[in-house]
This record gives sequence, structure tokens and C-alpha cells, in this order.
Amino acid sequence: MEEISSLMHGFGVALTLFNLGLMFVGIVLGVIIGVLPGLGGANGVAILLPLTFTMPPTSAIIMLSCIYWGALFGGAITSILFNIPGEPWSVATTFDGFPLAQKGRAGAALTAAFTSSFVGALVAVIMITFLSPVIANFALEFGPPEFFAVYLLTFCAFVGMSKGQALKTIASMMVGFGLAAVGIDTVTGQVRLTFGFTSLLQGFDFLIAVIGLFGIGEILLTLEEGLAFKGKSAKLNVKVVLETWRELPRYWLTSLRSSVVGCFMGIVPGGATPASFMSYGVAKRFSKDGERFGTGQVEGVVAPETAAHAAGTSALLPMLTLGVPGSPTAAVLLGGLLIWGLQPGPLLFQEQKEFVWGLIASMYLGNIAGLVVVLTCVPLFAAILRVPFSIIAPIIIVVCAIGAYTVHNNMLDVYMMMVFGAAGYLMRKLNYPLAPLVLALVLGDAAESSFRQAMLISAGDVSVFFSNWLVGGMTGLALLLLFWPTITVLLKRLRGG
Amino acid sequence: MSSKFSKLLRVSALSLGVLALALAGSPARAWEPTKTVEFIVPAGTGGGADQMARFIQAVVQKHNLMKEPLVVINKSGGAGAEGFLDVQGAKGDPHKLIITLSNLFTTPMATGVPFNWKNLTPVSMMALDEFVLWVNADTPYKTVQEYTDAAKKAGPGKFKMGGTGSKQEDQIVTVALEKATGAKFTYVPFKGGGAVATQLVGKHVDSSVNNPIEAVAQWRAGKLRPICVFDDARLPYKDKVTADMAWGDIPTCKEQGVNMSYVMLRGIFMPGGVPAEAVNYYVDLLAKVRATPEWADFMKTGAFNQTALTGEAYRKWVADAEVLHHELMKEAGFLAK
Repeated sequence: MEEISSLMHGFGVALTLFNLGLMFVGIVLGVIIGVLPGLGGANGVAILLPLTFTMPPTSAIIMLSCIYWGALFGGAITSILFNIPGEPWSVATTFDGFPLAQKGRAGAALTAAFTSSFVGALVAVIMITFLSPVIANFALEFGPPEFFAVYLLTFCAFVGMSKGQALKTIASMMVGFGLAAVGIDTVTGQVRLTFGFTSLLQGFDFLIAVIGLFGIGEILLTLEEGLAFKGKSAKLNVKVVLETWRELPRYWLTSLRSSVVGCFMGIVPGGATPASFMSYGVAKRFSKDGERFGTGQVEGVVAPETAAHAAGTSALLPMLTLGVPGSPTAAVLLGGLLIWGLQPGPLLFQEQKEFVWGLIASMYLGNIAGLVVVLTCVPLFAAILRVPFSIIAPIIIVVCAIGAYTVHNNMLDVYMMMVFGAAGYLMRKLNYPLAPLVLALVLGDAAESSFRQAMLISAGDVSVFFSNWLVGGMTGLALLLLFWPTITVLLKRLRGG
Repeated sequence: MSSKFSKLLRVSALSLGVLALALAGSPARAWEPTKTVEFIVPAGTGGGADQMARFIQAVVQKHNLMKEPLVVINKSGGAGAEGFLDVQGAKGDPHKLIITLSNLFTTPMATGVPFNWKNLTPVSMMALDEFVLWVNADTPYKTVQEYTDAAKKAGPGKFKMGGTGSKQEDQIVTVALEKATGAKFTYVPFKGGGAVATQLVGKHVDSSVNNPIEAVAQWRAGKLRPICVFDDARLPYKDKVTADMAWGDIPTCKEQGVNMSYVMLRGIFMPGGVPAEAVNYYVDLLAKVRATPEWADFMKTGAFNQTALTGEAYRKWVADAEVLHHELMKEAGFLAK
């Protein structure tokens, strides 16, 4: 196996004391960046990028990619503890992670999140190690119709699952689409829905909406229930890690499915955020305990975290082989590659063997280091919940405000966050689900652009979404998932009758 | 003892005098930043302007060219309007720089955002970015003539041109090409240059006008073929990029009988109303950046046109470019009503 020997050589490159030190620094910085909402992996890497120009390229990318892994791990922490997603891809983690923490099982939720992140990343790295030449070309199959089919699949996987309140789900999603449309339209270059306010030109940022809707909204809700001066009980024991590990193998099927979803979305590249939503939707649909998702199921944490990390990791493959970044962070790393004098593209794997395999080896090592770092901190993180709400709430609000400001260095975003906070509170009081709004806001723009690009290419012919096996298969699957509840009802009737 | 002391005194007085003379003798040192300098990028992270800004930041840091830190900040909202409005609003602030691309002209023209470069202070042109007509290497087209003839034969709108953004440089080049040749393309806008190159390799579009750096990897891998470069003269780079071709071997579109050219400004501006000494300081700083070997490598990798202007020449270039963009945008019907 040529790959094995290359990989061993890569470990040789990555396993110097200097590189291991950088790896550790990167992971710790990344976790901090992941925890702070607003300051995403992309910003973190961009800020540190100039520092690395004096390093050898391999060491530089090892450190920067470790920041990225750290941010992927770290995003889950605040999602679970406070219902505030530190990163876009951990929104879906809040659905079950936060209820778990409320039940006093924060430690279990964190352990499950970190472990499944690691599993997802491991599957993705193994795939990159052995299948990269085959898979890299797969991404070339994806034109606008295929991208739209991917987004449609994400929406449909997620939408069919909400129970009862169908109209409220649709209303919430439409508000999300509306907000996503504000700003400059990619396809026509026209300004839309800004009502003449230049400050609205930049549109509504997903992160600010999420910080407000989830973070501030949650705090308002808790305030209403009365200021609790006692913290929640949280086990401060490393044993919780081992206990959760004993439980996790039960969800092997969900892990496997989520890894596949994640790798697919990473390579395409669709991104880690849609991957986490899609995976959560699929898991809910096909799990035995699907009915109880959203009430604090460990499986509901495993699904999105596995997929997000698998997607985040495999997103580096299209960046390296095609020069197409699969995530905002990958885009910054791409810029770094060019400045270090490395040209991402089909030839990188042949011309820069040392760099590529050093990076791949560091993906194994970095994720192991990351897992060790975050798992040993689980009791510490969980202990934060013991701090009384009256102390932690003001801190959260300040951190949220800083996070919102960091996104664009703009004070308006902080006000916007507060408006979203009030909206989040009202929506929850009136029983409107927040998730569809968030999903529509994060994917609405991309879905719309790819739909209209596809229409430009096909001259308005909708059959382009069934024009080959790939796009037809995805569109078909999406429609199947959308109508799944209706189909199961029909099937039951047929059997009954 | 006392004579020694007086000697010491005399020496130090002398050296102080020399120091004072030296200070007075170098007016370029008269102004220096006293706090962190913000370097605004009116585009997202990872794009061409962002890369150049971060590269400048790295060079300044590595060679210790500035005492205070230089911090790159992306303000990409509204096709860059966010960044331009920020700098326009910071009148008189000598601790703010902005790097521009063609959206300096196209964004206010296409959207009607109340912004004009005349409210800024031009500092220095760093380079010009080139545009190259690319096709998939599996297609038979070798010259711009062959390609546009095929497009004309297929019928208006049958051939698809992929590009970055809408009513921005890529679409302007496309419209100018249509005007010069009579071919009609369907322009399909994507979010980034890397995505456009991949779409072309995957044959989802028929051609692109990618900047060299956006398509070079696919060219070297034999997936894309350059047809012609939209500049007045060939690129000066003679080193082989592929097995048998250098950047300089790509003919200009003018050579092939298509009478048009377009280059994109990569220049630095400051807010309006800043002291002349501050402008001189940055002109000097950026000249030092351009003199480094790292910069020469960067120019070569990205196949940039290394024209660099400052002062009145730069201002005139920008003014001419604005007129040109206004004409091109007007003809294409891209001006905000």
C-alpha cells in the first residue's frame, strides 16, 4: 500500500517536538475560539495567518488546521451548557445537548459530543488517506443543479420531521428565507429589501441571528422563571466519560450514517453546517427513539456532531485538490497556501508529498490531541453550570455582545442581536420553532443562488433537476424524505386495510 | 575627573546635536503611526484582495517596517460597500488603510450606494490584476476567434460564461468581449474565483475570465487552456508554468484581433482629509514592501502586472479608470437607476 508508507513518512514529518508543540497550542486556541460565539474558526485562523509566514509551511498548516479542529470541538461546549451555539455547525447540537444539560447530564452530553466529533473526523481522515484521488474528482460532478439538490435534500431531511405545528414551522422558515434575501443578490447584483438603509446592505448574518435567538432568548426565558440563585447540579467526575463511552456503541448505526452524510457534504463541498442539520434530521427519522429527539437524547448529540466534524475535515480535500474551499476557514487556509508558495490543485499531492502527508498525519494526531484535551476538561466545563445563574447570565450577555461585534466589527450587529433575542423569546413563548428559521437563514441564500444559476444554465427548464443520475437521485431522495410521513401513513393503511 | 566629565558632556551634547540634525534631515520620519493601523479589505476572507492585504501585513511584520501593528479587517458586506463607507466616514483618520479591487467603481455604480473614491486619499497602486479567457482543455478551441465563432454558431446565450459576482469585473469583461466579437454568452455568476475554475473543469460552464492565480492550478494539471489575456501587452513572466508554456506565452486578445483590454486595480487608499506627511509615510512604507524579495515572488505566482503608481499619476489613473468603468457599465445597462 503506497498510501500507508506515505502516511508513515507523514507521521515522521509531523512528529517533531516543534510540530507537536504547535499542535497543542493550536488545539487550545481553537477550543477557545470555538467557545466564543462570533469569533469563528475563520477569523481565528485569519488573525494568526501572518504569524505563520516565518514558519516552514508544514508546521504552519499543522498549527492552523489544529486551530480549526479545536474550533470544531469547542463549538459544542456552549451549545450544550447554555443553548448558545459557539459555531454555526453546533446549532443542531443544542436541540438535544441543552435539554441533556438541563437534566443534569451535561457531562454525558459533552463526552458524547467530543467523542462523536472525533469519530467523524477519523472516518473522514481515513477516507482522505485512501480515497482522495477518486473522491476529489467526484466534486467536479457538482454544478448548480446538483448543489441545489443538496440544499433541497437538507431542507427536506429537516422539515418533514417537525410534528404537529406544520404551519408554524413553515412560517418560521419563511421568515428565515426573507431575512436571507436581504442585502446584495449574487445573481443580479441588485440591492434587495434594504429600504434605503446602507447598514442593511450586508444582510442579516447567521451568527448574529443565532447568538440573539438562542443565547439572549434563552436568558430572557430563564429570567422569567425567576432568578435562581443556585447552580445546577453537575457531576464533577471523570467517571462520567467512561459511563458515556459505555453507552455510545449503541448508536453505531447513527454514527455511521452521520459520518457518511458528513463526508459527502464535506467533499461536495456543502459545508459542515448543512451536514449537521441533515444528519440530525435523518437520525430523527430513522432512529428507534426518534419520537423523543429534542427532549435530551444522547443520540441527538451524536448525529450532528459526527457529521459536522466529518464534513469539516473532509472539506479540506476539495481545498487541497481543487482549490475550492469547503468552509470559510478552508478559504483562509487556501489563501495561506498561496502565500507560502504552495499551489493547491490536482498536482499538489504529487509535487508537495511532504506537505500533504505531513498535513494528513497531523489530522490524525491533532484530533487525538484534541480529544484528550477536551475530554479531560469535561468535568471543568460541566462545573460551569454550578455557578449561579445570576452570576453567569451577565457574563454570557457580555460575551455574546462581544461575539456579535466581532463578526463585522460593527456596533449595529450588537443591537441586531438584542432584537433577535427579543424575537427568539417571543417565538418560543408562542411555540414557533426556531430551528427552521435558522436553517433557512444559513442556507437560503446559497440555495437560491444555485437554483437561479441552474435556471440560467438550463434556460428555465426545471427538468434539469432530473437530468442525470446524480442530481435526479438527490432530488428524488429529497422528495421522498419530504413526503415520508405521508408515505408511512399510507403504507400503514394499506397494511391495515 | 572634572575634565573627563566635561568631555563626556561635550560628547553627548554633540551627539544630541547630530541626532537632532538627523531627525530634521529626514522629513519622511516626521509622521509615524501612534496606534494600531486598521487595514480594511472590502471583500471576504480568502479572495484576491484579502490575500494581498494579509501578505502585505506579513511582509511588514517580518521586516519590522512599522512600529505599530497593522491589522487586517474584512468588511465585505454589500459587495464591499460596508468597507468603503467605513473608510469614507473616517475622514481625517491617518490610522486607516483600504485595499481596493474594481468594486471601488462597480459597487457604487451598480447599487447607488453613496460612495465615491474622490472622498478617499489615493496612496499607492500596488499592482494590476490580469484577466485571462479560459476554456476546458477537452474542447478544441485554441484562439479567441475559434471560440467566439463557435459561440456565434451555437446561437445567442447557448455558451455559458462563468464568473465571480454580478455586475462586477468578470461580467464587465464578458460584456466587453461580447461587444468586441458579436458573440452572446449566458453569464452565470458564482461566489468565488476558485468555484468558477472548478465549474469550468466540471464542464458546467463553457469558459471563464478567471484571474491567473484562480485558474493556474487547473492549467498546470492540464484541465484548463488559456486562450488570451485581456491586457495591452503579454505578461513578462518567462518561467515555464506548465510543461511547455509560460505566462508570457499566452497571446493578448488584441493580438488575436479582439480589440479590448481590462485590468483590475489592486491599490491602497486612505480616508479623505489626512495630513500629507501621513500619506508620504504610507507611500514610503508600501515602496519598501514592494522592494522585498517576497513581494517579487508573490507577483510572479499570481502573474500580476507590476505597474505601481503613486501621487498625481495614481490619482489620474484612478480617475481614468472611473470614466472607463462608467462607460462600460452604462453600455452593459448595469448602472443603478
